[in-house]
Amino acid sequence: MTSLTAKDKATVKAFWAQVSGRAEDIGKDALGRMLIVYPQTKTYFAHWKDLGPNSAPVKKHGMTVMGGVADAVTKIDDLTAGLLSLSELHAFTLRIDPQNFKILAHNILVVLAIMFPTEFTPEVHVCMDKFLAALARALAEKYR
Amino acid sequence: MVEWTEQERSIINGIFANLDYDDVGAKALCRCLIVYPWTQRYFGAFGNLYNAEAIKTNPNIAAHGVKILHGLDRAVKNMDNIKATYAELSVLHSEKLHVDPDNFKLLSDCLTIVIAARLGSSFTPETQAAWQKFLAVVVSALGRQYH
Repeated sequence: MTSLTAKDKATVKAFWAQVSGRAEDIGKDALGRMLIVYPQTKTYFAHWKDLGPNSAPVKKHGMTVMGGVADAVTKIDDLTAGLLSLSELHAFTLRIDPQNFKILAHNILVVLAIMFPTEFTPEVHVCMDKFLAALARALAEKYR
Repeated sequence: MVEWTEQERSIINGIFANLDYDDVGAKALCRCLIVYPWTQRYFGAFGNLYNAEAIKTNPNIAAHGVKILHGLDRAVKNMDNIKATYAELSVLHSEKLHVDPDNFKLLSDCLTIVIAARLGSSFTPETQAAWQKFLAVVVSALGRQYH
């Protein structure tokens, strides 16, 4: 898989600056959507009673995840090093199958298209897709 | 056979009844060629694809995107038998066009993004689920006759 070019990073940072104000909403919608559109992802949240998009734990967790994405933007020059502890968390404690990172990334992109139809151009889309894929790779670093 | 609920049928029919084919078709194919540049391999005869601007203003790509989108009409009209409906098109994509079936998913993801941008908040999670299920069935049917 290709790594991020200087132009990719610049595009991601510029776009993120435009949308970061709504990071919480993006996270809540993306996670809520994922649980409905990809019901197999619910298996990771069996400990929550309510898995609907308006449930408190779903909303809170969406914000947590998006906080991670925001942090990753600041560490875009070395995601592997920057996300080391998050990778260990996902590898040893959460043990989420890495295929799910792609699924969540897709839903984040859908929400970005909905909330920012003009700004989420094809050029921005490709950079964000690459960034989220790089993020997923960094998260899966410690798996094996 | 794929089971569709009344709600899913209504969602799919609703989206297609109000679809701006010229806009969505063109945008979806353009986005695919930009976001997944290796898909340009199938469009060598279409003219200038050198950069995103060229792709976005290329009339051949726009026209072809619309054609592809109209190709989905058959599935909407035959939701209970999409597999048979696309048998011939599947053979075409395999034997004549030589399109790697993995590409169908890439285009379908771009189509989802374009539809989401158009429908905004009315592209609810339920709508997204029905839409993606529909596209997944189409993608599977198109890949069926490859051997």
